[in-house]
Amino acid sequence: MTTEQLTTGQIARPSAIGSFVSDGLTVAKRNLIKIRRVPDLLIFTTLQPIMFVLLFGYVFGSLAGSGASVQAGYREFMMAGIFTQTIIFGATITGYMMAEDMQKGVIDRFRTLPMHPSSVLFGRTLTDVLNNVIVLIVMSLTGLIIGWRLHGGALHALWAYVLMLLFAYALSWLFAFVGLRVRSPEVVNNASFMVIFPVTFIANTFVPSQNMPSVLKTIAGWNPVSTITQSARENFGNLYALKGNPQPTHAQVDKQTAYTWALQHPDLYTLIWTVVLLAVFVPLATSAYKKAVAK
Amino acid sequence: MTDAVTADGLVKHYKEVKAVDGVSLRVPEGSVLGVLGPNGAGKTTTVRMLTTLIRPDAGSATVAGADVLRDPQEVRRRIGVSGQYAAVDEHLTGRENLEMVARLYHLPRGEAKARARELLAQFRLEDAANRPTKTYSGGMRRRLDLAGALVARPPVIFLDEPTTGLDPRSRGDMWEVINDLVGHGTSVLLTTQYLEEADRLADNIVVIDHGQIIAEGTADQLKAQVGGERLEITVADPALLDQAGDILAGVGDGAVETDRHSRRLIVPVSGGTQSLLAAVRRFDEASITVQDIGIRRPTLDDAFLSLTGHRAEQSEQSDEADVDNDNDNDEQLELAR
Ligand SMILES: Nc1ncnc2c1ncn2[C@@H]1O[C@H](COP(=O)(O)OP(=O)(O)O)[C@@H](O)[C@H]1O
Ligand SMILES: [Mg+2]
Repeated sequence: MTTEQLTTGQIARPSAIGSFVSDGLTVAKRNLIKIRRVPDLLIFTTLQPIMFVLLFGYVFGSLAGSGASVQAGYREFMMAGIFTQTIIFGATITGYMMAEDMQKGVIDRFRTLPMHPSSVLFGRTLTDVLNNVIVLIVMSLTGLIIGWRLHGGALHALWAYVLMLLFAYALSWLFAFVGLRVRSPEVVNNASFMVIFPVTFIANTFVPSQNMPSVLKTIAGWNPVSTITQSARENFGNLYALKGNPQPTHAQVDKQTAYTWALQHPDLYTLIWTVVLLAVFVPLATSAYKKAVAK
Repeated sequence: MTDAVTADGLVKHYKEVKAVDGVSLRVPEGSVLGVLGPNGAGKTTTVRMLTTLIRPDAGSATVAGADVLRDPQEVRRRIGVSGQYAAVDEHLTGRENLEMVARLYHLPRGEAKARARELLAQFRLEDAANRPTKTYSGGMRRRLDLAGALVARPPVIFLDEPTTGLDPRSRGDMWEVINDLVGHGTSVLLTTQYLEEADRLADNIVVIDHGQIIAEGTADQLKAQVGGERLEITVADPALLDQAGDILAGVGDGAVETDRHSRRLIVPVSGGTQSLLAAVRRFDEASITVQDIGIRRPTLDDAFLSLTGHRAEQSEQSDEADVDNDNDNDEQLELAR
């Protein structure tokens, strides 16, 4: 009887990798169902970026000058910045959700299941990517409606999107770690607003950073938010939109806007950040997950 | 007989707090062990160590033959856990919750669906199966959570306070479900603050307080530790108390305790119902009117009081002069939370 009981209770043992992927997808599926069921989240995901594009485009656009074409130029200029800021906010969802799952005991349950220890995090961060893809599509359509155009070709544009998603993905792991270490989901929300607003504003996202006061100018010059934006601007062919003359992509480096090594090599610099973030926070988040229990 | 769960000298300290301080226990296969203790006794911490959620500072444990410290993943394949708070995803339906858990136990898709359907029926959640669980009552959530623990038909189940916070009816439902499980040979470790629950469900009980086991045995053994049966009577006429005391001295086998204020007399007896009948006969012969008479066995509550020096449930009121001891009074259980 003993042995029979033990064998009926035993569960098939998939390979570690197989379990990692299939468990991760199961978790991602759960998160997607959640996005569908909680309307706030869906609205947040789709309406907020639209609002940002319109608000920033028309309010800040009026600062750029009084001519209609100047203002249209600003709207083209700032699209890359808004994309960057929005996908960075998208990465915080992981932090919020991990903290919520901890609080509700869902992580406790997952951790008593024979799952691969990283698969919950993998599933969760993957959901952010899907979420961000939806957001990028909605924002791009909104942008096209208000006159934003790609001047650099489809492949370059695609690369710009991929780079943004990669960087946001790495950030999701950072936020997963934060979410696992704080006491409640609200903490993640408040903390991320406090950090993300300054980080995304002290950059070339909404205004050219070369005109900033010197300290801010230096910070902005090395801020990965600036380099993602810079790369996207180049690839979208929006780099000179402010000056009213859209340029083909990868024109010779503009010494004025690209005043640091990071801004002169925005793709490489962004990729380095992405790799470093992943190298640091995948192990940190995984180890935090392995110790996480509901308070 | 083999043991489904063994724990030896488990210790977990949080800074000053000795959450668990040397707990050793056994759950023989196919039996239910009740871990009984008040809030903060260390029950959840013990369960978390046994279910691989936290690493003990010292000690060792095996579950279904697998070593908790050396082979946690193997342990996870053989256990089902229902934590202190129902860990169901409130935005998912009951069915989606169970299917997800089944998939995470690596059941193939078709089997996962079938198993979810089966459990929803077994736990009477069919009608609510396609509703998000945030519309469920506390009792339904609890049942769903327990169903999640059973998805892979694990040989060992851990239930941390499965009925805390439930109304008496849902508690009764839960007890039925758990009894059913045990009937099928599953080994269960359950924790509870409710003496009655341990009495009802557990084959063996360990009483835990301040992270240490202070008593263990069957419910009857624990009760016996506090002493045997006593005969209690209340007489109508206070003037006859002394005469009644003399009669009881003849029936019982110990000193008679007299409470003049409540006109109550208590004496230890060994003859059970025989002693009761003898007393009734003699009072009748002496024409003494008896208002109330009964054999009182010590309850687990008495046992807890005498073992720990405090009651199991702080908020519990002292019991009234109710002499009968074998009813299931839910009222006194409602207060703890
Ligand atoms: N993560 C933790 N950090 C600090 N103290 C804890 C932690 N977990 C439990 N404790 C403390 O350990 C003691 C036992 O807690 P617990 O095992 O939850 O008791 P029970 O489940 O019996 O109510 C309590 O005093 C509790 O405050
Ligand atoms: Mg507890």
